[in-house]
Amino acid sequence: MLHVIIALIPAVLLALFCFGIGAAIVIITAIAGCVAVEYLITRYMLGQKPSIGNLSAVLTGLLLALNLPSNLPIWIVLIGCVVAIGIGKMTFGGLGCNIFNPALVGRVFLLLSFPVQMTSWPLPFENRLAYADATTGATILGQLKMKLVEPEQIDLMDKALGMAGGSMGEIGAIALLIGFVYLLCMKVITWHIPVAILGTVAIFSLCIDAPVGVELLSGGLLLGAIFMATDYVTSPMSHKGMLLYGVMIGIITLVIRQWGAYPEGVSFAILIMNGVTPLINRYMKPRKFGEGRVAA
Amino acid sequence: MKSTLMNMVLSLGIITIVAAALLAGVYTLTEKPIKEAALNKQIEAISAVTPQFNNDPVAEAIDITPDGETTPLKVFPAKQDGKLVGAAVESYSLAGFSGEIRLIYGFDSEGNITGYEVMSHAETPGLGAKMDEWFRSPEGNRSVIGLNPSSTPNGLAVKKDNGDVDAITAATITSRAFLDALNRASKAYTKLQEQNK
Amino acid sequence: MNSKLKILYNGIVTENPTFVLMLGMCPTLGTTGSAMTGMSMGLATMGVLICSNVVISLIKNLIPAKVRIPAYIVVIATFVSVLQLVMEAYLPALNTLLGIFIPLIVVNCILLGRAEAFASRHGVFDSCLDGIGIGLGFTIALTILGAVREILGTGRIFGAEIFPETYGSLIFVLAPGAFIALGLLIALFTKLRGARC
Repeated sequence: MLHVIIALIPAVLLALFCFGIGAAIVIITAIAGCVAVEYLITRYMLGQKPSIGNLSAVLTGLLLALNLPSNLPIWIVLIGCVVAIGIGKMTFGGLGCNIFNPALVGRVFLLLSFPVQMTSWPLPFENRLAYADATTGATILGQLKMKLVEPEQIDLMDKALGMAGGSMGEIGAIALLIGFVYLLCMKVITWHIPVAILGTVAIFSLCIDAPVGVELLSGGLLLGAIFMATDYVTSPMSHKGMLLYGVMIGIITLVIRQWGAYPEGVSFAILIMNGVTPLINRYMKPRKFGEGRVAA
Repeated sequence: MKSTLMNMVLSLGIITIVAAALLAGVYTLTEKPIKEAALNKQIEAISAVTPQFNNDPVAEAIDITPDGETTPLKVFPAKQDGKLVGAAVESYSLAGFSGEIRLIYGFDSEGNITGYEVMSHAETPGLGAKMDEWFRSPEGNRSVIGLNPSSTPNGLAVKKDNGDVDAITAATITSRAFLDALNRASKAYTKLQEQNK
Repeated sequence: MNSKLKILYNGIVTENPTFVLMLGMCPTLGTTGSAMTGMSMGLATMGVLICSNVVISLIKNLIPAKVRIPAYIVVIATFVSVLQLVMEAYLPALNTLLGIFIPLIVVNCILLGRAEAFASRHGVFDSCLDGIGIGLGFTIALTILGAVREILGTGRIFGAEIFPETYGSLIFVLAPGAFIALGLLIALFTKLRGARC
């Protein structure tokens, strides 16, 4: 857990740099909220020893925060924490038993509950000292969906460096990629899932004539592919399973973006594939050590 | 009871005959009120959106196909002592967020919008479904009441499309569909006015 | 406890159709967007259930065993059609609101389930009580679920405002929220009933 949190530091710093005080408030609220909810539930509803020492609640809070706009009111962030930990994790029996990624459960719940607040993102570098009332705008994907901009007008450098509007964790590709390299070096994750997702999105968007660069760099695809789809508990065990899982996430994401009602589909795609993971595990089980083929 | 072909046929036969008789009875009793209820609903919607009239708009309804379209719209002319004072136009849009939106718009003799009612839609509750109230709210540039779509060549548009109307927050697509249906209704009404000249 | 009271209690608590038997989930999830629609749906179902239970208990000895299911379904379908015609004629607004879910009462497994499990084995009076008990259990469950969804989703209950709508979680008005709210309510009801899982 600690390594994943360290890997997210560049993205957090970028968010603080771009959005200022608002980002700090949302991140701190989300982490504190998730830890508090986990503590209260384990201690008072289940009567167990609180398990917050394993940092998983901190990570859930951090990932949830990075999926939110930086001007989100505190009470909405707290509802997200209750849903993420309470419904997404503890109802299934706590860490290791949850079917769905808790941070994404929280995020999707908020997206469906408070669509207005969740889809007006502050623009970076404006009103960095104010929490609310910043100038807001839709993300690039939203603007594409509403046909407000043409793909050619989008500056990919902006997306790569974090100069476009969006949720806190979807703005800077480079910061997320640094985290990816760190996770690979520390052997926390393998390359299979992120590469399968990104590769599928790239190839599929070429096939359907969508702007490849924009599809890859926007809308939390990198954040989802690197940090959320790779969650141990909710992703397949075998490498073959991981590849299938990643390819499916990529396809579902683009299908939602292109033909669905929402401009963004990564969260939904990962949650759908979370649900399919037990099935993948059943048919693509890793071979047990010492079991299987007998040497001829 | 033991089943034999005879008693199965008989019992099912009797049950269905009794059921059919009961249904026929209830149908005859409710036939008239059902028709009246449907008619009342239509008349209520028409009088809610149009200026005062003393004719029977439902009986005088005509189908008008706006220029450049293939599907006719139902237009209910509102007349005061035989003179056309406005009309209610049943319009639709397929540009909504999820499926068809059906609305009824009212116009006065100059082509200004006097009101609208949403007949059916499948837009998201809390977002697009707000069109029920949004476009008559006095706040900002939300209201379309009193505007005249036929005065501009392309009709009304939301601010994001360089128009004047405030779109529903986070529901631009529904707002566009609403205005799409509105402009279609206006075209049909203009045609009606020309026919009546 | 008195055996007659026990039948009522059984329908409302011990064998609550929604929280314990988990039958008739389609209208439970589909019509509980507000407390009012949930309650109307529950009452409509209860009306049909009482009638069908009474009639089936009356004719239970006249139906051969092999055709009893079709016979029950014809009886239920007849009452549902009567209900729909009456609602269309005299309660058109409610009919539009509940829409397809009124005809769908025919396929609600609560009705066939009670016909097969209770009315075909008990006397007329007991079957009537069972219809009232199960019907009330269903109505109460749907009203609670509708009320929870309405409060959390829009800040209102039976249309009366409790807190401003901007603080409502829209998801509870939408389909996913129905599942979440139902799941939490079932958990709560199981806990209150003191059942071991």
